[in-house]
Amino acid sequence: MNFTKTRSDLTVMLIFSIAVLTMPIWLAPIGAGYPDLLQKFAIFGIFAIGYNILFGLTGYLSFGHAAFLGIGSYTAVWSFKLLTMNVLPAIFFAVLMAGLFAALIGFVSLRRSGIYFSILTLAFAQMSYNLAYSVLTPITNGETGLQLTLQDARIFDGPAGEGLPSTELFGISMSGYSGFYFCAVVLIIAFFLSLKIFRSPFGMKLQAIKSNQTRMKYTGFNTRPYLMTAFIISGMYAGLAGGLMAVTDPLAGAERMQWTASGEVVLMTILGGVGTLFGPLLGVGIIKYFENIFSAVNEAALHNFFSFLPGFLENLMVTIITPFVGEGWHLTLGVLFMVIVIFLPGGIMEGLDRIKKRYKTEGASEQTGDKE
Amino acid sequence: MSDTKNWNRRDVMKAGAAFAAAGAAPMFFTKDAWAAKDFMNNPSNSSTVTLGFNVPQTGAYADEGADELRAFKLAVKHLNGEGDGGMMNTMKPSMLKGNGILGKKVAYVTGDTQTKSDAARASAKRMIEKDGVIMFSGGSSSGVAIAVQGLAQEMGVVFMAGLTHSNDTTGKDKRRYGFRHFFNAKMSGSALGPVLKERMGTDRNAYHLTADYTWGWTQEQSIKETTEGLGWNTAKAVKTPVGAGDFSQYITPILNSGADTLILNHYGKDMINSLTQAVQFGLRDKQVNGKDFQIIVPLYSRLMAQGAGENLKGILGTTNWNWALTDNGSQAFVKSFGSEYGFPPSQAAHTCYVQTLLYANACEMAGTFYPPEVIKQLEGFNFDGMGNGKTEYRAADHQCFKDVLVVEGNQNPSSQFDLLKIVKEVPRSQVEYDASIFGGDLGPYEV
Repeated sequence: MNFTKTRSDLTVMLIFSIAVLTMPIWLAPIGAGYPDLLQKFAIFGIFAIGYNILFGLTGYLSFGHAAFLGIGSYTAVWSFKLLTMNVLPAIFFAVLMAGLFAALIGFVSLRRSGIYFSILTLAFAQMSYNLAYSVLTPITNGETGLQLTLQDARIFDGPAGEGLPSTELFGISMSGYSGFYFCAVVLIIAFFLSLKIFRSPFGMKLQAIKSNQTRMKYTGFNTRPYLMTAFIISGMYAGLAGGLMAVTDPLAGAERMQWTASGEVVLMTILGGVGTLFGPLLGVGIIKYFENIFSAVNEAALHNFFSFLPGFLENLMVTIITPFVGEGWHLTLGVLFMVIVIFLPGGIMEGLDRIKKRYKTEGASEQTGDKE
Repeated sequence: MSDTKNWNRRDVMKAGAAFAAAGAAPMFFTKDAWAAKDFMNNPSNSSTVTLGFNVPQTGAYADEGADELRAFKLAVKHLNGEGDGGMMNTMKPSMLKGNGILGKKVAYVTGDTQTKSDAARASAKRMIEKDGVIMFSGGSSSGVAIAVQGLAQEMGVVFMAGLTHSNDTTGKDKRRYGFRHFFNAKMSGSALGPVLKERMGTDRNAYHLTADYTWGWTQEQSIKETTEGLGWNTAKAVKTPVGAGDFSQYITPILNSGADTLILNHYGKDMINSLTQAVQFGLRDKQVNGKDFQIIVPLYSRLMAQGAGENLKGILGTTNWNWALTDNGSQAFVKSFGSEYGFPPSQAAHTCYVQTLLYANACEMAGTFYPPEVIKQLEGFNFDGMGNGKTEYRAADHQCFKDVLVVEGNQNPSSQFDLLKIVKEVPRSQVEYDASIFGGDLGPYEV
């Protein structure tokens, strides 16, 4: 948090925007600069930022946020099927729908706090998942996933041409890099809103709930409305992310709502640093990078990488590392997560802060040395 | 993030190049921005061409995925002229020379579909956008196959489906850029019908347990059509989630349902679990309506047979291919696969291997990697010597038509791999159907 306090919000936003928009350049050397992964970074960034508003500020650990992600996706795909391939209505309805469901689920779940709240949200998410997976098959197409077809109405688009139409924003195709830049702009706006919430009196109240809700109640505050608002906002963020997933790839599957997906965003937030502005984004970057790049490293690639070593060493290194890449990427992620939670409870942001502090104290002593 | 102070000249050059690439990229992904003959991931002057192998490495179908990957690696070896050449020597007609594809050495990348549509599409997109694959293949779940097939059409990259058995893959969800060598549920039903009639008669009461996704649905439907055509009654059809693990809650109701036949529309580890549990519950020792209780597994694989062990003896099903076949193609493939890995290949491995060779051969015939031309070569292609006898890639729906094997669990296996006994080789003419019955639309050649 030191970082954000010392600079004005404008500078923070400026640096953030530049960093996000130039992602295709600075991520290219580590093999992550291709549109699909960049889109995922931006989309899950929004998801995690929204989640952080609830978990980071109020301390309420929701284990069911993937439900809103899924609802956003399904709504967006239905908007593409029924209304138009333009992405704006899809996103609007995705956010709206997720907000409605968040109000509903929040109304029930927020009657409890702590572990009971977590279990309630988990139960709701798992219910949504099962509904999407089997009961509501006519709406969700079950495990096969909801896809566009040529027979869809699309009442604002007129008759379909040959082949499936693709999502567009007034003629700009939403796949590839243009899709990424669209998501990036939405991410920047979402980040800006989150920054404003962190800085606002409303954000202060949320943090007060986290530090001591009972004391806050004694001072005369009714905390429920604030919790509800935070829950709905973070649900809408998740809906927005879900909608964007459908925008960049018009398909919605039930697995988006599974508890593992809810768990993933918790991991991302904790890995990066709960309650910090940038932490969740770092967590997203690391987890998505592992999932997409590490999982694709195979033995041949490893041999290639270690080819500068003599034969037996090369084979040794490949044997040691093979279990941790490819299908073993979960293992690496698990180890990393454990190391961070044990040594840096505040996530990567805490690590960065520590490095900064050390650097600062060293710098200070050097300066005094110069004066002498 | 990047530290702007310490940039040296090379970094600046690199960044500049990346900027230019990023700037030009949107044009890549816009339709018709480039000359007509240019296309997604054109290998033009490169000395290698990259194929993508997208298989389940985790989840209920991981065993099949692992075997598919082995077959892909073997196919790449053979295409590059290494090893003994396998089915390249028996394929007819063949233009493959063992010097890669169109003289370019074949490289490959792999990915994990996790048997999830989202993950599979993300992995396929990585292959297309980052690794620049000209074709990708893989499968083991029809849900995944259909999801990535849609992607293939959008991106204009050919998808040679691996193991996918749902009617929808080449039925209502067929795509111009998707091809399937594997057989489907409709063909399983047609092939099983006469054998079921002969073995079990025309008066039975069947109970279905069905994996709850596109493959399970269409298989249940096709088998129902067949059995009801024989005069069987369908007691009930229950849908079970994929990867459920424990099926006991679905099996107990069968005992009291009055059904005398259980049809398991399950695959992979699901089938191993449900069958094992059904046997443990004593279903096979039961007598219902004066008849022995029977279990049928319409889609069989040797990998599943290995997992289910003893329980599988005498149980009927169909398979696309079996390593015990004695034709030249099958023997050549079993020999080179066996010498590479030490055990015989599964049907999943077979179909993936064949698909890779077929794609490579189509490129050779077309003389280009340009997808519309390659697709036109594959459509209606007649070939032989790939283990299934005379085979045709039907142009109307991109489905291969060939003989189907009806098999049963071997009562006296001579080795740990000799688990399936071929009951009947059903000729292609008996399993053919009209392409229009499932609807669907292939879509355009040019995307």
